[in-house]
Parts: sequence; structure tokens; C-alpha cells
Amino acid sequence: MNSEQQYIDLYDRYGEVIASHSPALLNGLRRQAYEDFRRLKFPTRKSERYRYSDVPAAFAPDYGLNLKRLDIPVNPYDVFTCDVPNLSTSLYFVVNDAFYDKARPAAPLPQGVMVCSLREAAEKCPDLLQAHYGRLAPTGEDALTALNTMLVQDGLFIYVPKNTVLERAVQVVNILRSDVDLMVNRRVLVVVEEGAQARILFCDHAADDRAFLATQVVEAFVGENARLELYELEETHVKNHRFSNLYARQAAYSTTVFAGFTLHNGFTRNRTDIVLAGRGAETSLYGCVIADQEQHVDNNTLIDHQAPDSHSTELYKYVLDDRATGAFAGRVLVRAGAQGVTSQESNANLCATKEARMYTQPMLEIYADDVKCSHGSTVGQLDEQALFYMRQRGIAPEEARTLLKFAFVAQVLDVLKLDALRDRLHYLVEKRFRGELGKCEGCKFRK
Amino acid sequence: MEEKNKFVREVAEKKYEYGFTTDVQTEIIDKGLSEEVVRIISAKKGEPEWLLDFRLKAYRYWLAQRQPDWAHLTLPEIDYQAISYYADPTQGRKKDGPKTLDEVDPELMKTFDKLGIPLEERLALSGTAVDAVMDSVSVKTTFKEKLSEKGIIFCSISEAVREYPDLVRRYLGTVVPYRDNYFAALNSAVFSDGSFVYIPKGVRCPMELSTYFRINARNTGQFERTLIVCDDGGYVSYLEGCTAPMRDENQLHAAIVEIVVNDNAEVKYSTVQNWYPGDAEGRGGVLNLVTKRGHLRGANSKLSWTQVETGSAITWKYPSCVLSGDNSQAEFYSVAVTNNYQQADTGTKMIHLGRNTRSTIISKGISAGRSQNSYRGLVRVAPGADGARNYSSCDSLLLGSECGAHTFPYMDVQNDTAVVEHEATTSKISEDQLFYCNQRGIPTEEAVGLIVNGYAKEVINKLPMEFAVEAQKLLSVSLEGTVG
Repeated sequence: MNSEQQYIDLYDRYGEVIASHSPALLNGLRRQAYEDFRRLKFPTRKSERYRYSDVPAAFAPDYGLNLKRLDIPVNPYDVFTCDVPNLSTSLYFVVNDAFYDKARPAAPLPQGVMVCSLREAAEKCPDLLQAHYGRLAPTGEDALTALNTMLVQDGLFIYVPKNTVLERAVQVVNILRSDVDLMVNRRVLVVVEEGAQARILFCDHAADDRAFLATQVVEAFVGENARLELYELEETHVKNHRFSNLYARQAAYSTTVFAGFTLHNGFTRNRTDIVLAGRGAETSLYGCVIADQEQHVDNNTLIDHQAPDSHSTELYKYVLDDRATGAFAGRVLVRAGAQGVTSQESNANLCATKEARMYTQPMLEIYADDVKCSHGSTVGQLDEQALFYMRQRGIAPEEARTLLKFAFVAQVLDVLKLDALRDRLHYLVEKRFRGELGKCEGCKFRK
Repeated sequence: MEEKNKFVREVAEKKYEYGFTTDVQTEIIDKGLSEEVVRIISAKKGEPEWLLDFRLKAYRYWLAQRQPDWAHLTLPEIDYQAISYYADPTQGRKKDGPKTLDEVDPELMKTFDKLGIPLEERLALSGTAVDAVMDSVSVKTTFKEKLSEKGIIFCSISEAVREYPDLVRRYLGTVVPYRDNYFAALNSAVFSDGSFVYIPKGVRCPMELSTYFRINARNTGQFERTLIVCDDGGYVSYLEGCTAPMRDENQLHAAIVEIVVNDNAEVKYSTVQNWYPGDAEGRGGVLNLVTKRGHLRGANSKLSWTQVETGSAITWKYPSCVLSGDNSQAEFYSVAVTNNYQQADTGTKMIHLGRNTRSTIISKGISAGRSQNSYRGLVRVAPGADGARNYSSCDSLLLGSECGAHTFPYMDVQNDTAVVEHEATTSKISEDQLFYCNQRGIPTEEAVGLIVNGYAKEVINKLPMEFAVEAQKLLSVSLEGTVG
């Protein structure tokens, strides 16, 4: 049987159950998504954007779904302590795929700012939601987006009104916890209006006793002169599958930073599509991947320069150990008429063992002439001379190696504007390189 | 502005200089492709049983395949039944072929004169042996005797099938198997002629070997097959130059080049391709869909591809290297120029299998008019390729606001001791450089020519001398007046 069949069957049988436990707005797109998913089927490795990830295999196992939206009897505020001390954020939780709204952070948000579930948003501001939900994530083009739209029952809504500046970062912790193998479908809608500023940090955590399959679709609207920083930190475990599709659209002179840190995972596939629709829009994409064992991390990005004078920077760094597989495909598209674009793309990778495998594919597609675009990509090892130098000075080979690896990824970590998070990441990455991160058995949430 | 526009118009309206048809008696078989046609081609060439089998296997495989569509190209529908698969300009003449220059069809000789490559002059001036291929059958091979003294075989592939069947059978299809791709299967089924070169052990070929391919008869696809075998310690430099006359319909060119490089041997393969690119509105032009690959079998072997691509409506090819010998070295130098509505999707593949293998890729793309120019390249390092090293650099230059330049590099690295580097830049000609030239009294057009030639120098320098001159001329002709 094809992998997609079980999802088609699921929808055929439980379509009504799914719909009855969802806000009406989400149901509006479901039928179309279902048709699109049936038509598209799961992408195979023959499809250019999925060359490096075996999607059908990841979706083949039988996972449970919490279609009736049963609560899990746990208060994440009690059991979860954040890995990042001294980080002053407005902390929210998404447990499996449901926004946890039984308790909320004490400090109030500025006037008009909303951080709530899609269900709540559908009641409070239906027009706003209607105007944005599903507008950036086309179901007719990516089967995973179609699948998510077809099955999603709730999600997270973050809204920052015009000219409002969020001083504190919004931290959203995605927790996966279940007694059976579970599939979750997360949905995030971010609207940052004209002149507004926001910083958002997503942390993925998963309990390690069960296998999880998480699909996620993020839509981010960034208004004129607005600024959005979105950080994603994944610390899950080897039985976790993550498929994330992020779509962003930027108006004139807006600035965004999208950064993903994959410290510990199983199978991760991140798609990031940024449309620079307004003149002077600017985006920076950063990624840092540390993988060992049989971990798989595939980052696939598209920066679509539709407007003149837009700028983009991309920097991705991978450290692969054991039998890990890394893939990076970054496409920069400069449309006809988008003059004055500058774009820099860079991907550097360290392969520490013979079995580790790295695919890299930086692409430039340019239809305008007054542009300056470049990309660079390297795969290599630690500098022998630097190692020798350190050993000469009495540093043990293992330690020297860790230091060099650390220095290698530090370039990406240092772009973080959240000081506490940056310091913490330095610490976590160092711990990760010493192999200590995956060993903490005591706490189910702190992998 | 007025001045510039005038200049652009002039150049745009410039006719393809090499567009003419020679009135040579050509024997063409009926249009269409079928098993029967494959058998006829084989029979006409008096081929042995094994070669016919090879062709038939390829043909049956081809039937089961679909034309690939993954390239960044808009490929017109090709009607394979509307093409004649065999044209022989020497038929109806003396069967044994011409012995001296006087015996060569005078019309044919004029054609070469028009192309600016008179055989005699070439012989006298450069000491180059020319195996002139015109519509599939090798017309004349020169300097053969001098080469045969050294044991070098340089002849048409049909002759090689007759004279050295064992050699051909041993190597044909080993580098590019007929199942390699759609066009390779087609070529394997219907290939008509091409060159065969064999360099025996320890022999350095004393001269540059060269072949001119032309597509002459209307609607005959050119299905060349070139096989170069360089045995232990040998050396050869092979040149291939192409011009084709003007046609309205697209002409199909699906060639295969196979190169085998054994221990300590070195092969240099240089191409200048200037086929008819279609007119300013994008009508007509040659479809250049070629499979070229070299297999570096031996230790310390070396292979270098150099190409200057200025012609063809569509160029789709990736001269590649399989580096299986330890310490083998491969190089790829390319300049691809597209203008008007031309499209190019070209690059290379470097497959590192052996230890301490090294490869270098230097690619320079220049797009003008409404053309689309893509670099696509693969660098693969297999698990056993310890110490593999690759350096790739791909630059694109954009002249005009309606053209496109694209870079699609692929890197698959499966070895921790490999070092693979890739860098690419895309930009237009620097205003500063133009301004500097203008300041010193160099008009803009000349300045562009100057800068472009400097930009391509790295590659042009790799060409043998005669070719370098031709290539430079081609570059300036293709690019004059593209700034506006």
C-alpha cells in the first residue's frame, strides 16, 4: 500500500470528526487540501525539492492521532524547566499540537498583541484570521502542506499590531508527549503589521519513549518596515520525525531573521520559503546542524526576490558525525525586474567520519542583470595544522577537536540577538559536542 | 542611447556568417526511425553482428524511455520520425574514398574554405591532422601515415570497426553505456560515424588531433560517436570544432564522446562549438544534446575538458569525469555564451572513486539578449575516495536585463577526508571598470569586449593556440553590441 493511502483513508473515515473538533475557518480549506493531497501524493526522491529526504518512508508507519482533542493531564508549566536560564521571555506551550491555554505567563503583553490558539483567534478576530490563514501556504504545490492543512485542528496565532514593539521575546515550547506513537499537525500563523517588531523563539522537545511524527506549517506575514526574528531550536530524540514548512512574505523595507538550530533530532526536514515582495525587504537565514548516529537533517530554502533592492543572506553550517546525513539546498531566485538585489549564500560542512554523508546544493536563478549574487559551499574536515598547533600546546586531541568544531559553528550562533539564548546555545553546543546532551535520562522533556 | 541602439540593431541583424549549404551529392535514407532503419544503417556500413546487436539493444531501450525534462530549458517537441538518420556525402563517389586532396569533392573543399579552415593550410601551417567529418562519414583523414609510424590509430569509427574490431568492441559503450540516458540510447542505436583514437603504451602523440563536425544535409540528425583510448603513459590532445549552416528547422545533434585514460596517461579534449544558434527571434538553431564522459581508469591519469560554447539554440551537455584511478586528476574549463533566445544548461560531473583524486571546475557563463544560461554540476565523493579534493568556481556575467544566469551545483560527499569547495558569483560588468576604460578613451563596446575577454581568459588560456585565437574571435563576435 502507498504511504499516502492511510491518510486518505483516515480523512475519508474521520473527516467529520476532524472537522467537528476544529474551528470552522480551518475546515474551509480542508476539502481542497484533501483533493490536492490525493493528486500530489508524497514527494519521492525524484522530485527536486525532496531529493535528499525519503518522505514516503517517514509517513509509512501507523501513528495515532488525537483527533478528538483529548487533553493530556499535565501542566507543562510545572514539569518543564527551560534549558535557557536568565532568558526573559513570555513563555507559552504547545502540547502535541494543542495550544496550552490553562495557564499563561504572568506579565501582560502590550496592548493589542495576541498570542493564542487559532480557535480563540477565530472567535475574537475572525476577519483577521480569515485574511491570513492559508494565504501563504499553497496546498496545490507541496503535499506536506496539503496534508497538514487537511488534518490540522488547531494552531498558534501570534499577532503584533501596527507600530507595536515587543520588548520581550515570545517563547513557544512545543512538547511532544504521548503514551502511543503519535502524529501531530501543528500550525502557526504570525502576523507582524507595519512598523511592528517581534522576536519569537520556538523550542521543540519530545519525550523519548515514543516515536513522533510532527508536521508543521508556519505562515508569517511581515508588514512594511516591520521586523521579525524567528528562532527555532530543536532538541528532540532519534525517534522523532519533523517536517516543517515555513512560508514568509515580506513587504517593503521589512527585515527578518530566520534561524534554525538542530542540536538533537531523528529525522528533520525544514523547508523555508521567503518571498521578498516589497522594495528594500531584507532577510537573513541561518542554520546550525549538529548530527550524529543515524540522524538526518535536510534544510531546503527558497528566497524569492520579487522586488528591486531586496537583500538576502544565508549561512548554514553542519557538523556530521557517525552515520549522520545532512542536506542543504538553497535556491535564490531573482525575478525579472528585481534590479539592485544583493544575495549571499554560504554553506560550510564538517564531516567527521567516513560514513557521514553531506549533500549540498546552493542554487542561483537570476533573471535580472543589475544584481550581485554569490554562493559558496564547502565540505571538509578540521584543519590538521590547527589541531597540531593545539596539541603542541598540550591540548588533548579530543579537546582540540571539540574546540575547533565549536569555533566552526560559533559563527552561526553569534548572529543571535537574544543574549541569554546565545550564551545558552554556546553551552548546549559545547555539551552536545562532548556527547552529553543525549544522555540525560532523568527528565523526559530535557533531552 | 540612439547610438547604442543603432549598434545593437546592427549586430542583432548580423547574419550567421557560416550559414550556407554545400551542394554535395548526399545519400539520405528515408525519414523516420524503426528497427528496420537501425538495421539499414548497420548494413550500409557493413558492420559485424555484435555491433548490430548493440544498436538493436540500444534502440529497444530507447523505445521504453521518455525524453527527460528536468533541465532548465524549454525544449521544443522533437519529432524523431521526421528526421533522417543517415546521410552519406561520399556515396556515389569512388567507394574507397579519396586518396589525395585532389580527389576530394571540390564542392566540399570549398565548404571548408568558407569555414576558414582549408585542409591544406591547416596541414602546412599547423601540422595538424584533420579528420574532417561532414554529415556522418569521415571524408578525409590526413597525416595518418605519420601517426601510424608511432602506432597511433586515428580514423573514423566505421573504419576502426572494420580494421580494429577487437579494440572497438573492448571499449565501445564502456564509458557511456547505451542505458546511460535517453539521448545516449538514441545515439547508440543510430550513430553513423565519428572518430576513433588509440594511443598505444608510452606514446606521446606528436600533434594535435582535430575533427570538424558539420551538419550539412537538411534534417539529418548528427549522431557522432567518438572514442578515444589512451593507453598507459600515453598523451594526446584532441580538438573538436563545430560550425553548421543556417537552417530554419531545429536540427538535432545527439553525440557521444567516450574517453578511456589508463595508467599515467593524459588526455586533453578541447571543443569550440559554434553551431547555428537560431535567428534574433529564436527561430531555428541546432539542438545540441550531447553525452561526453571520460573514465580515468588508471593511476595518475589525467583528463582535461575545455569547452567554448557560443552556438546552438539549445546546449545540454555535461562533459564528465569518472576518477577511479588513484591519484587521477580531472579538469573542466568552460566558457558558455548565450545571446538572443539561446539556452544552455551545461556543466560537468566529477565522480571521485579513487584515492587522492583531484578535480578542478572553472566555469564562466555569459548571458546576453533574452537567453538563459545555466551551470549545473555534480561533485560526488564516494566512500572509498580518501583524500579527494575538488575546487569549483562558477561565475556568471549578465549583459542585458532580460537574460538569465543560473547556477545549480550538486555536491554529494561521503568521505570524511574529502575537501570540496564551491563558489559562484553572478553580476553584471562592473561600472567602475567600464568607467575606467571610458576615461581612457576606450568606447563602451570595446571596453565590454576587453573585460569579457579578460573574464574568460582563464579558460581560453587552456585551449591549444589555434583554438584560442578562434575562440577569442568567436567571443567578441558573439558579444559585440550586447550592452545597451
